[in-house]
Amino acid sequence: MSEAAKIDAGHHDDHHHHEPTFTEKYIFPLDHKYIGMQYMFTGMFMALFGGFFVYAFRMQLAFPGMSVPGYGTVSPAEYNMLITNHGSVMIFWVAMPVLIAAFGNYLIPLMIGADDMVFPKLNRLSYQVFLVSILILFASWMVEGGGFGGAWTSYPPLSADANYSMTPLGSSLWLAAVATEFAAFLIGGINFITTAMNSRAPGMRAKDVPMIVWMICIASILFMASVGPLIAGAIMLFFDQMIGTGFFDPKRGGDPILWQHLFWFFGHPEVYVVLLPACGFVAEIITVFARKKLFAYQTILYTAIGTGVLSFFVWAHHQFVAGIDPRMANIFTVTTVLISIPIAEMMFLFIATLYGGSIRYTVPMLWALGFIGEFLIGGVTGIFLGASGMDIYFHDTYFVIAHFHYTFFPIAFIGTFAAFTFWFPKMFGRMMNSTLGKIHFWGTIIPLNTIFIPLFVLGAAGQHRRIYNYNHFPDLSTPDLQMLRVTATVSLLVLIAFQFVFLFNVIYSMFAGEKAGPNPWKSNTLEWTTPSPPFHGNWHPNDMPTVYRGPYEYSVPGREDDYWPQNEPT
Amino acid sequence: MIQNLLPQASTFAGDIDFLWLLISSIVFFWFICAEVMFFWLLFRFRYQEGVPAQYVTGNEKHLKRWITWPHALIILCDVAVIVGAVRVWYDVKQDLPEPDYTIGVMAQQWAWSFEHPGPDGELGTDDDVKTVDDLHVVVDKTYHFKLRSRDVLHSFSIPVFRLKQDVIPGREITGWFTPTKTGTYDIQCAEMCGIGHGIMAGRVVIETPEEHEAWLASGGN
Repeated sequence: MSEAAKIDAGHHDDHHHHEPTFTEKYIFPLDHKYIGMQYMFTGMFMALFGGFFVYAFRMQLAFPGMSVPGYGTVSPAEYNMLITNHGSVMIFWVAMPVLIAAFGNYLIPLMIGADDMVFPKLNRLSYQVFLVSILILFASWMVEGGGFGGAWTSYPPLSADANYSMTPLGSSLWLAAVATEFAAFLIGGINFITTAMNSRAPGMRAKDVPMIVWMICIASILFMASVGPLIAGAIMLFFDQMIGTGFFDPKRGGDPILWQHLFWFFGHPEVYVVLLPACGFVAEIITVFARKKLFAYQTILYTAIGTGVLSFFVWAHHQFVAGIDPRMANIFTVTTVLISIPIAEMMFLFIATLYGGSIRYTVPMLWALGFIGEFLIGGVTGIFLGASGMDIYFHDTYFVIAHFHYTFFPIAFIGTFAAFTFWFPKMFGRMMNSTLGKIHFWGTIIPLNTIFIPLFVLGAAGQHRRIYNYNHFPDLSTPDLQMLRVTATVSLLVLIAFQFVFLFNVIYSMFAGEKAGPNPWKSNTLEWTTPSPPFHGNWHPNDMPTVYRGPYEYSVPGREDDYWPQNEPT
Repeated sequence: MIQNLLPQASTFAGDIDFLWLLISSIVFFWFICAEVMFFWLLFRFRYQEGVPAQYVTGNEKHLKRWITWPHALIILCDVAVIVGAVRVWYDVKQDLPEPDYTIGVMAQQWAWSFEHPGPDGELGTDDDVKTVDDLHVVVDKTYHFKLRSRDVLHSFSIPVFRLKQDVIPGREITGWFTPTKTGTYDIQCAEMCGIGHGIMAGRVVIETPEEHEAWLASGGN
């Protein structure tokens, strides 16, 4: 046991009989599990806003000018605010908190056999700062002039000058909210990495660490290494807005392209920051339900690291036609297309893991497989956009939207549903209803495709982004194209409707689900050796786990059981 | 096929659509291979009573080659994509042919202003014809355009030309096109530029030389 864990263990021993009060447990918890849940439920709550925004603006696109039920008519300024905040909320306040913060907090100590995070108070602070960022974001929607509408990329000079954006307070508060959120995740990230490095159970070597822990650590490193320039950029942009400096304003000697470099130097690694945890979920889930060892553990790890490193050298593919030196595009095309190699290999290795398995189609397994099947579409369509010559046409069209939703939707929603349904028995001690789970799965996967395949076609037909009404463009206002827009919107309504099945299933199962027991899936990793739900400190201080083998020893020949928990002595 | 959705009206539109076909063929091949393999494994290795899973680490030579060969093949495909992309990019963005005419394009919130050379064929003389939101060009003539912005970022996008270039305040960016087909098509602003972004529409009118002369003679009406 590491030094830090020893001290912590002693600490918990003293207080073991002291049951935390309601406030200590739910409002200001130090327990990593409760902080994880706070992040999870806050992220899911924010998804309601992101979902409501997309509902409002998709209705406007399908039926321009109509009064959207529950919203009203969407003005051009409101349309811009809706798309901007749909993107910001879904990435910064849904994907990041749920994928990294919630599952990172919940899983890392449990999976490495530690009683808590190394810095529990920093952990609590991280959530509190995150909460403040949400309050600032809410404020940005309600101030005079309305919420920020300059797109989630917030390109200056539009975002830098209220005369252009017409949202004097909205844009500054939005920027402050984003920067505060980054600060929260910096605090969280350092905690994940330190904990995984220092608090592993005795006997747990690097190759015995479950893949999801690796993935969250690599993602945290990517985040911490890339976000610095953007926070600096955000402060400069804030100064441009508030005190009239000219960092990004050409009239005062600034350069708008500089912001784009700072933004995308963060923005592209950010894609992999949320992708890698989702890949980690898939690795954990397919091994359990195929009863198989992970195919080429080390290679998967190397592909993740390779993807992470390469992701720092691809950012300018977002700027091919932005006015950068055209020769630069050639370099960034090479790096961007090359990133297909590690990420395709990782997907192949996940598919190869299924070979020779005994696959059980449980709800978490369906989601994990759904991730692989759908993410492949997002992956291959990225090649078009990384190829500079093709991007001249596709840049800022709906093809881009369809492409990145085929990556982000599998990451943020399919990945989350996979992880949530898989670890739900651990978190709440009860099983989720699997019939409702399957209804929810098919009700999400099918509309997902009927939303975004039409958008690929619209993009190929030249429809560009961020337009509140395509009737102003004669080539785009044909009945055929409008039919595609209506198809996408109706599919979205179906998809949203099926989310209520999930919501009901969560609440119902939390109180009335079948009791789970400690290890309902017969899994190997350490979190399943604790009671469900685990108590404060996870294991009794005198009974901390010791690790004897890797996490994926399923179906080992010569054993009666088809699984072999990591902590079981040989 | 992109040309079935939207006509090709410039010399490089066909190149870009061909590049689309090249990339599509490659990625479609990989996508189908991966999904077929995926669903076959899902079916073949479904849970069956009394059939245990195999213990496979991924280091077995006969299994590893299923990863290493596709891996090598992907590198080859990547090279094909890169070569195709860079060639098109070079033609459209780096290698500007000598122009027959030069036009001026000024973007602002939320309109396009165009300066056409008058009957003398030179831009910047007294007979220039200025218009708002309507660009008139002659078919089969090579044009340079000089892009400027008065306020924020915009993007000069003509989908039938497969052309797009962001416009940056404080700079003048030069690009080119040669129209190949007469007709009237959309010009879009493809970069978020404020609340009027959705109405920043223009039209490009591609004319025969005779039509264009008549238009110039009428003073651009």
